[in-house]
Order: sequence, then structure tokens, then C-alpha cells
Amino acid sequence: MDLKPLFEPRTMAVFGVSSSNYRHPANEIFTKNLLRYPVKVYGVNPRGGTMNGQLIHRSVSEIPEPIDLAVIAVRADFVPDVLSECIRAKVRSATVISGGFKETGRQDLQDRIVAIAKEASFPFVGPNCLGIYVPSHVDTFFLPGERMVKPVIGNVSFVSQSGGILVDHLIKFASEGVGLAKAVSIGNKALLGELELLDYLAQDPATRVIAFYIEGFGPNEGRAFVQSAGRCGKPVIVLKSGKSPGGSRAVSSHTASLAGDYASFSAALSQYGIVEAANELELVSFCESLSIYQKPIEGRVGIVTVSGGHGAMAIDACTARGITVPELPEEARESLRKGLSPSVRDIATLTNPIDLTGSGIDDDFVATAETLFAMEEIDCVLALLLPYIPGITADLGAKLSNVAARSGKPLVAYVPHVEKYTMLIEGFELNGAPVSPSIEGAVLMVEALRRNRP
Amino acid sequence: MNQSHPDILRIIEKARSDGWVLEPDAKQLFALAGFAVPRFALARTAEEARRFAHEIGYPVVAKVVSPRILHKSEVQGVVVGIGDEGRLMEVFERLRGLEGFFGVLVEEMLLGGIELILGAKIDVQFGPMILLGMGGTGVEIYRDVALRMAPLLEKDAMSMIGGLKAHRLLEGYRGAEPVDKGKLTETLLAFSSLVMELEGRIESIDINPLLCSAGRCVVADARIML
Repeated sequence: MDLKPLFEPRTMAVFGVSSSNYRHPANEIFTKNLLRYPVKVYGVNPRGGTMNGQLIHRSVSEIPEPIDLAVIAVRADFVPDVLSECIRAKVRSATVISGGFKETGRQDLQDRIVAIAKEASFPFVGPNCLGIYVPSHVDTFFLPGERMVKPVIGNVSFVSQSGGILVDHLIKFASEGVGLAKAVSIGNKALLGELELLDYLAQDPATRVIAFYIEGFGPNEGRAFVQSAGRCGKPVIVLKSGKSPGGSRAVSSHTASLAGDYASFSAALSQYGIVEAANELELVSFCESLSIYQKPIEGRVGIVTVSGGHGAMAIDACTARGITVPELPEEARESLRKGLSPSVRDIATLTNPIDLTGSGIDDDFVATAETLFAMEEIDCVLALLLPYIPGITADLGAKLSNVAARSGKPLVAYVPHVEKYTMLIEGFELNGAPVSPSIEGAVLMVEALRRNRP
Repeated sequence: MNQSHPDILRIIEKARSDGWVLEPDAKQLFALAGFAVPRFALARTAEEARRFAHEIGYPVVAKVVSPRILHKSEVQGVVVGIGDEGRLMEVFERLRGLEGFFGVLVEEMLLGGIELILGAKIDVQFGPMILLGMGGTGVEIYRDVALRMAPLLEKDAMSMIGGLKAHRLLEGYRGAEPVDKGKLTETLLAFSSLVMELEGRIESIDINPLLCSAGRCVVADARIML
């Protein structure tokens, strides 16, 4: 099955558009794509009428050109007929937004649409989903455009069983500067599930990181998924819910009890180098850092800061995750000391973490970063920056990012995220270094690089 | 393994109505598959127990065999360190009174070594999974286990061993003899292949304990759930 028409449609038909019921979700989908996206959109409703000055077609076969993507938001009972109509009219794919299938006990109805699609090798996403959002291309979410928070265009694609979790993460991506390639809500995943989307996104040149929110897999689907993810060559990140054991099913062997559903899930993921995120903070941090750096590291971190407390907190967070903070050799410390500004030289603490104190200036950071990046013992640098220190300028982000880029090793920064520090933050981000709003988040960004084994 | 395959399948199919393979049959199965097991015999009568114990020499271990008793130690169904015939007869008498009594497993007493658990479970989402952990009756309390999807590669087996919190115990902690890691890796890989072959026929396996020492890894007790 070719999934390209789902994500890169040139033409789109929205079923259910209604000139009498202005609150119909299909209307929002029709209108936003008509007004704001390059995809050519047609409304379909057997009752006809007009919408935004456009003619509503009575059937998809009346549309004067071939349709790449059908968006189906009609009552569940009508979906089988609409699907058949699409297939007859040589539509190439669909997203079924409508609910009222397996999730409400109508497995029969769901089985019917799957059978219809399978027979014709017709790809569809859903049912009971938001569908697809590709920035600046197409948006099948029925959410009013002005209510959505959209991340910048980037290279992370996100596949979610839950529409709500997906839209929420777009907000988090937007606030953390994580760029989005494609977002898909797969709902009941009747035909296309995580595995099919993984395979598609693995081949998608716009996608460098593939993130999933998964509630559970069908029989043996987990096995196929991890094997495929392990082979795909791109970082795969998974956030799982439903970790607590369901019910009190009697378990007769120690192994069955110790290797419960979630334990098995988690073990299989890490065996195949898939990065499991324990929560939303981890997911967003992992996405941000893996969207920039793909080369795995062992996790030997050099830390530079202006505050002993920040250094200590960072060490604790690193140690808890098995990231090491190696000692600096005496020679390295002595040569670094000579490179520091006179007011800092005698008061800086040059163990790892390196504390340049509140007297540190940009040049001291640059000299320190150069020393750390040059060291064999260090494979990643963590810069904990407090922009309220008087010697730090708004240019430091760009300066440090450039040092990192020259070294070929990853740099991760912590900067408090408030409006007035934006220029410093953008200095990092626009020059290819991720920035976290918390120390913990910055350490998670390092952790992602250590755990990723593509 | 291939030659003994029909016998292995026969053991499993024979046990299907009970829902699990009793210890003597499970040990037989592992022996057929090439795993080290203690010398053992199933004694239906006190006389048989006496004869076999005499043959292998004291001390011996006696365990109740009953399709109704899944967790033998919970009913004091395992007695170790039986030093003489008098004690063996006494134990036999008591075990005979346990629910569903079928016989007594008399086996050689293995001395020394670390108790591990080696297990398998057929997971709905991920298929056959292999578990290695610190064994004994406290496994579900310590929960010191490593879990991987089968089939295992050698690097998986090695990372499972290294991933146990207690792995230093395997390396000869405080002057104890280290466990033969080559043997343990081999055992894990052989177990993984066996599980892949039995995938469609079993639900889970506990080898607990797998008794590992400097020279060997022995299946000291095993249970196969169907």
C-alpha cells in the first residue's frame, strides 16, 4: 500500500461537509484546508449546497479531477459505503475521522471497513482519529486553526494512538522549539498501525526522528515493530501508557509474573535500541536532542557552569542515569587556567563540573568548551547557563554552538526559558544545539544520545 | 536436540491435560535437550526411593510430585540434606500425605553454586521472552532480573548476565568461586533455541533454581506451564 497520498496529497475530498449544520467537524477541515493550505480541497455531501463560495459535490465521482486523500467524517454507519464509493472513484487514500467503531463495541463495523479496504489495497488511517497534519501541506484535524499551537517545520514525526496526546505534544514541541515533519493520530488503527507508519516514515526523507505514543500492540505486533524499528536506521522514541498490570489475572509462574506486559514491552524496546520515554518531559527532550544529533555517545560528560549548585544538581541527574562525569587531568586543568580571564583564573573551580563563577565572561566559556571538546575522555558537553550573570552576552549561544560544531561532538545547554533570554536560546538552537528549560531536561537530552542505538 | 525432539514433544503433549509438566518430566525434557540435570528418579513407593538413594549415595533431596502442587516449598514439599535411610523413609511418609500425591522425586544433592532463575514466557505482543535473574524462593521479592526477546544473540546473553544488579556475586564475590560465564552464556543460548522450538506449545517455563558454579549450570528444578 502506498501511503504517500495520505501525507502529500495534491487533492483532497472532505466527506460530510454540511451547509445546514455549521458545527459539523467536516466543515472546519474543509475550510482550514481551503483557506490555509496548498492542497486542493473539495467538499462532498449527497445533499449538495455550497460552502465558502465553493460548490459541495454530491458524490466524489462528480469531482472533476482525481482525488489523493478522502477525509471521512460521516456517521459510522455510512462509512462502509463512503469507502466503497472512494474506491470506485479511484481515490488513493483516506483518513476516517468518524467514531462509533470498535471503541463503542462495533467491532463488526470496523471489520467491514477493513475488509473493504484490504480487498482494494486501499490505505486508510483511523477510524476514531484526528488523522494527519503535515505543516504547510495538509491538516485533517477538525480543530479550529486558531486553537492549534503549531511547532516550526522540522524533522520529527509523531505517531499517536491518541489524538489528544498528539495535539498536546505539538504544543510542547512548539514551546521547546522542536520541529515537526509529520503528525498522525491513528485512533483505532484498524488497518494502518504503528508498524506500517514506522515503515513509511523510515523511508520519508523529511523525517529524521520517529516518535510514538503507544497504548498497546495487537498479537505479535510488538515483535514486528521492534525488529523493524531496530533496522530502520533512524532514532525511534516511544512513550507508553497502560503500564500498570490490568486486573488480577492469576499468574502461575515466576517468569510470567516478573515478565509482565509492560516489563516485556520495555525490555524488547531497549534490546532493539529504541529509546523509551518514561513521561512527556522525556519524550520532548529526547525528540529535541535526537532531531539534532544522531550519533550515539557513551555518555561521558563535561559540564560547564557559573554556579556550584547547578553543577551538583547536574552530577546527580547524570549519575542517576549512568552518565559519567570524568575527572579532568591535571595538565588539561593547568592549560585551561592560563586561558581564562584574569578575574576568573584564580577563583574558578576547574574540576568537572567546571564552575567559572559569577565573574565568568563569554571568552571563559568558549575557552572551557574548547578544552572539554578536545578531550578524549569527554564525548558530550553540558553548558548550564544563567543569563543573569553580568559577563554573559546574548551571543554566547551562537559562540558555543560554533565551538561544538567544529569539534563534531554534541553540546547541550540549559537556559531558563523566559522571554528576555530568547536571543541567547535562539543562538544555540539556530546554530544546531538543543536547549532545555531545566537541568533535568538537559541531562535527558544527553541520555537520549546515550540510549539511541540506530 | 533434533534427534530427541519427538520425545520432548511427547512429554509436553502427555502433560497437556494437567496444564503443566511435572518436575520429573520437565527434568527429563531438559536432559533430552542437552541441559545438565541432577541424577534423579521418580519413586512411587518407599522401596523405590530407598533403592535409588542407595544407588546415588546420601545426602539426597526429596521432592513431592503432584499435579495439584505447583509451589512445592509452600507445602514443605521439598526436603534437602537427607542424610540416611531412616530420615528418607520419614520424609516419604509425610510427603505421601500431601494433596494429589503421585510420588517422590529423589535426587542427588548439589553442593555449592549460585541459584539463578532462567525462565521463558510467550508474550502476546512480543512472542517468546527470556528471563534471567537471581533465583530461589525470593525471586519475586528481589526482582533482580534481565529480560530479552528471543531468539537471543550471544551479545544479548552477555548483556543479560552483566545487567543483573547482583552480577558481582557471579564474579566470585568475597573469595567465592566465580560462576562459569561461558557455561552460563551457552545455557542461555541453548534455552533460547529450545523456547523458539516450543513457542506454540507452551505458556511459560521456570527453571528455578538454575544452579551455577565454577564448572557447571544445572537445572535443579523446572516447571513448564502449557
